[in-house]
Amino acid sequence: MSIAEPRAAAATKRSEEYLWTLNFGPQHPATHTTLRLVLQLEGERVVDAMPEMGYLHSGFEKIGEHLTFNQYVTVTDRMNYISPMANNVAWHHAVETLLGIELTPRCKVIRTIIAELARISDHLLCNGAVGLDTGAFTFFLYGFYQREVIYDIFETLCGARFTNSYTRVGGVSHDFTALVIEKIRSFLRTFPKTLDDMERLLTRNRIFVERTKGVGVLSREEAIARGATGPVARASGVTRDLRKDEPYLAYADYDFRVCCAAAGDCYARYLVRMQEMRESLRIVEQALENLPAGPVNVGIDQRTALPAKAQVYSTIEGTISHFELAMSNRGFEVPCAESYAAIEAPNGELGFYVVGDGSDRAYRARCRPPSVLHFALFPYLIRGHTLSDVVAVLGSLNIIAAELDR
Amino acid sequence: MALELPENVVVSRLDELASWCRKNSLWPMPFATACCGIELMATGASKHDLARFGAEVFRFSPRQCDLMIVAGRVVMKMLPVLQRIWLQMSEPKWCISMGACASTGGVFDTYAVVQGIDRFIPVDMYVPGCPPRPEQLIQAIIDLQDKIQREGTITGREFDTPERQLRKRALVEAVGPLEADAARNPILQRRLAEAGAPHA
Amino acid sequence: MDEHSAGATSAAAATPARDGVADLFGGTRQPPFRGQERVDLPADRVREAFRFLRDDGYDLLVDVTCVDYLEYRGAKHRYGLVYLLAATADNRRLTVRVFLDDPAPTVASATPVWPAANWLEREVWDMFGIRFEGHPDLRRLLLPEVFTAHPLRKDYPLQGRGERHNFPILTRDDG
Repeated sequence: MSIAEPRAAAATKRSEEYLWTLNFGPQHPATHTTLRLVLQLEGERVVDAMPEMGYLHSGFEKIGEHLTFNQYVTVTDRMNYISPMANNVAWHHAVETLLGIELTPRCKVIRTIIAELARISDHLLCNGAVGLDTGAFTFFLYGFYQREVIYDIFETLCGARFTNSYTRVGGVSHDFTALVIEKIRSFLRTFPKTLDDMERLLTRNRIFVERTKGVGVLSREEAIARGATGPVARASGVTRDLRKDEPYLAYADYDFRVCCAAAGDCYARYLVRMQEMRESLRIVEQALENLPAGPVNVGIDQRTALPAKAQVYSTIEGTISHFELAMSNRGFEVPCAESYAAIEAPNGELGFYVVGDGSDRAYRARCRPPSVLHFALFPYLIRGHTLSDVVAVLGSLNIIAAELDR
Repeated sequence: MALELPENVVVSRLDELASWCRKNSLWPMPFATACCGIELMATGASKHDLARFGAEVFRFSPRQCDLMIVAGRVVMKMLPVLQRIWLQMSEPKWCISMGACASTGGVFDTYAVVQGIDRFIPVDMYVPGCPPRPEQLIQAIIDLQDKIQREGTITGREFDTPERQLRKRALVEAVGPLEADAARNPILQRRLAEAGAPHA
Repeated sequence: MDEHSAGATSAAAATPARDGVADLFGGTRQPPFRGQERVDLPADRVREAFRFLRDDGYDLLVDVTCVDYLEYRGAKHRYGLVYLLAATADNRRLTVRVFLDDPAPTVASATPVWPAANWLEREVWDMFGIRFEGHPDLRRLLLPEVFTAHPLRKDYPLQGRGERHNFPILTRDDG
């Protein structure tokens, strides 16, 4: 067994007779979706846990070899369905790295804004679920209401409230309109107050603090060795944030802090997420105030994004470009090469390893899912804690089954 | 001959009374696997508030529920779990297949995804969409309530009708190398034998 | 092995890790693509090479994956294992590729060097059927144990071979 190496001292031969085996999931409210844990219990104390996954394995990577770079974005929506926009950005960031496309300034800023809004909505649900699992239902409802506001922004932007499929190779499907900007501005005005309310509800709530502080502690060394990224690693003192370390999109232009904590427990992960929402708000605010004008998609010389209709009808280059992109045997030029590109998704480092073979479909579309590595941490975090801590630890890791299993 | 009734008495059939009770006290069992599960949460959460339509008592124990909402794709590792939970629910029970994936497999026409749960369990209501908006799910629940009111009988006889017994769709799936695989794999052999020629 | 790599670290401190590991373990330098450092390593010396790389500062194993080059134009080998490494201290990244071939693709596990490799290698075994020697628990990660194929191989069809429909059918009579 993979997780049996540093087994707790309690699990010696003699005491093993008193162990209970409890099956947890795959259909259980606190597993959120379809995780399964087989827990070894000694009374109420968890001696060992064996995670089991694959209950939502749908062959995403296989299907990625059969869809074009633009089509596959719909599948990435369904990957981490808590923040589909971040997946869209990650996928096309990887594809554009392979193709060597430089985005327009406006597109970079727009993608930055939607990625940060996705981060806020992800953290709202994640922290809401931690609250829900530890008994704070009101907190969850506060969070979900704000998610609905973000859904509404996305719906105004691209017509889909939830599975957006917003990005395209070399651009996005819809430009920002005045109404979208107005809605984001109003969100920026109202959200801090809700965030304050939420913090007042839970951050110093004694029951919540008791249930999360000191539970599921992950040390800095373990976090790195076991491949943790994102808020989980940052709550353990790893100061790694791709937005700062390998600035992509427009992040280099904005002033924001990387939120870290030293404790590495569930409470620290909660705090890091709460704080990150405030930083995301700052990024969105700066980006929105400095939204560059100009085209949102790359020009026709790049031959990746469909040209504007006016260009198609009035210029020969536009017509040719549109024709070539629409023909199934043309498409765009893809090098026979492999590249990896990652973004700092709400959950951690979300990257794609894309192999191009000259066609407009990926030869291999590997997704580097943060959830897998975080779920592998679970047995180490839960050992020695009580059964009721299982949901707190699970919630604080924010494991999304569709991203876990793909 | 007319029987004098006081104003606050209504005459009805027992079947209709039972159906009326049942339709207004649906207890959903959220079998949420994927993205649709988040929209299912949204349906129950602040803005859409399913409680307005008499079906808000989400229970995660199948024994307590009479409406299974399958939200999200069901894959081959999950289907035995789904079937077991369906069998654990007590009669009368209904099933809503929420979203394209649960109904048809949706965009995931891959080796692992079951192409529609109605091939393996009975389904009463399909909700299109990927994922369906909360309003659509609420409408489906209202429609199901209507169906229960129209068809329901106190003994659950509506489930005995021949069309309810039929499989929803024929299974047409090319088999070939699977048998070759099965020759090497005793577990798969047993599965195939138990299933009894599922490719008919 | 440890003194070997310790000595090598100081010797290779001046040169980038890519050249160091390529020279020491008989690997091939690949030209950087889109600014990404890459090196190909021979399959029989990966364990030592990984130790060297970890001691060189690549403490974060980002990903382990595989590519099946069955239908790839001009490919010399069937499988290409891909290890994505990162150094948390100074933000370097390195892509290491190891090529394997049928009939029994086997490579040493990276789990003793980076514990993060545990589940990632299980996934590669599940999807591609590549064995990792020295892996503590090489079981399928995503698919059920009854599954006999390795679906991400290129000779496996997208729709599968009918595995997804081998289930009993429940009607209203059953429950």
